[in-house]
Amino acid sequence: MDLIAERGRRVSVEDLNTTKLLAHARKQADQRGFDDILIVDVDAHHHEAEHQKEFCQFIENEVLKQQVLQSFSKGRGNILPGMTGNQDMGGRVTRYPLRQTEKTDPAKVRDVELGHRWMDALGVDYSCLFPTQLLAAGMLTDAELEHELCWAYNRWLTEKVLPESNGRFYSMLALPLSEPEHALKHVEAFGSRPGVTGFLVTSVRTLPVHHNAYMKTYRAVEERGLALAFHSGINPGEPFFKSLNKFATVHALGFPFYNILHMTNWVSNGLCERFPKLPVIWIEAGLAWLPFLMQRLDHEHMLRPSEFPTLKKQPSDYMRDMYYASQPMEMTDMRGLECTFQMINAETQLLYSSDYPHWDFDVPSAIWDLPFLSEKAKHNILGGTASRLFNLPPRTEKQRENLIKHGNLKA
Amino acid sequence: MAEVFIARKGVFKDGDRQIVHAGDTEIGVFNHQGVYFAYSNICIHQGGPSCEGLTIARVEEKIMPDMTSRGLYFSHTGMHFACPWHGVEYDIATGECVSNRKLKLRKYDVIERGDDLYVIV
Repeated sequence: MDLIAERGRRVSVEDLNTTKLLAHARKQADQRGFDDILIVDVDAHHHEAEHQKEFCQFIENEVLKQQVLQSFSKGRGNILPGMTGNQDMGGRVTRYPLRQTEKTDPAKVRDVELGHRWMDALGVDYSCLFPTQLLAAGMLTDAELEHELCWAYNRWLTEKVLPESNGRFYSMLALPLSEPEHALKHVEAFGSRPGVTGFLVTSVRTLPVHHNAYMKTYRAVEERGLALAFHSGINPGEPFFKSLNKFATVHALGFPFYNILHMTNWVSNGLCERFPKLPVIWIEAGLAWLPFLMQRLDHEHMLRPSEFPTLKKQPSDYMRDMYYASQPMEMTDMRGLECTFQMINAETQLLYSSDYPHWDFDVPSAIWDLPFLSEKAKHNILGGTASRLFNLPPRTEKQRENLIKHGNLKA
Repeated sequence: MAEVFIARKGVFKDGDRQIVHAGDTEIGVFNHQGVYFAYSNICIHQGGPSCEGLTIARVEEKIMPDMTSRGLYFSHTGMHFACPWHGVEYDIATGECVSNRKLKLRKYDVIERGDDLYVIV
């Protein structure tokens, strides 16, 4: 395949082979003995749009189903290169333009086979599989369509994809939050399916997550012993961001922005007190926003306690009770990163996440090689904490021994 | 020090790239406009194959004397190569990471012996 580079000159490159592309990650895993450590990835993706004709067959409303399926046959691609489409940086991140060239077994589920390739390369045992484009479901103005697309995807994922992964993929399913009754219906329908460890608020939305209408849904998730996660994203159309002219700047601000918004409402309205047994996970906003928000909210809480009547401790204390996915981990200032780890109690609250195959993925060695972490913290962050949270068993005897050694499994 | 064979000069043309191995050491060798450059194939960011991605001209911005911007363009002199994992870019002439030039890939010497090219490891 040819890629266009260097002022238009075509550069021939080999077809994509994920195992070969990630050979250095496999080497890192071997050097560090990752196969003896249970590694749980709490945020990975597939490109579900490649299977849209398949999963959209599960749309139940016949009018919306006809509309969606018909839209696939028009053959009119979008020629405007939206910023969300520039994740590959003009082809520099080669697995995007080469993705279709990778060969898989037609008899197997392609996304599972691709997933196992990169998981094996990274040394990842389990991975939480999320969609890509559907993370923007909250931007839909049609609540019915949001519900139908989430419903179709969640059915397809739990019936066609997760069962083929030998138990190595799990998921937290996207909730169509625009209509609270639909969200509750999803929890009731999918909450007990194998591989479902929780539900997901796709964070790119501005509705108030503390609204009374959502309490039944949160209660339903909590009662089932599942987790609630917030997965952030970007929205170049967000009025606040419309002056940003680069993917990098929309990305830098957008991912933390939506989680900051929802975290602020979640904590300040006492949702942690109302649902004390509900594990809440904040995904793909990096970590640098956390010290900022902890200090801002604690300051406001100190001066204006009458506006936080439900809180029994400081906002940052509640934030330290919640969980955080590590990626994209800001690693350009080790002093700042170490401070962040201390402020969020990373040893017990941080969860390794790769975000693979997206452009800014993190390998497990990004955690393992941090100079300020104890051995126990490394084991916990890479998988020990997540194994307890999601009831994921060790896959080898060595992993079992390490989980017991660091208090993540009873002997 | 060992000399590791890269390629015959005649077949290693301008714009070509070759990855050579010397034990556990991986080295990317570039022929850029007739000049040979060789760098470690381990990205300083997260260890990706730094030399195995696109070779692509440096992006510059045209800033006019009145300080207005007239857009982006590809440099006609500066050439980069990008790690395919995350797109981290390096200056092909120096091996410096272009977003932080204090960081650079280890550089290796390339020598010619007759029609053959070798990298010194």
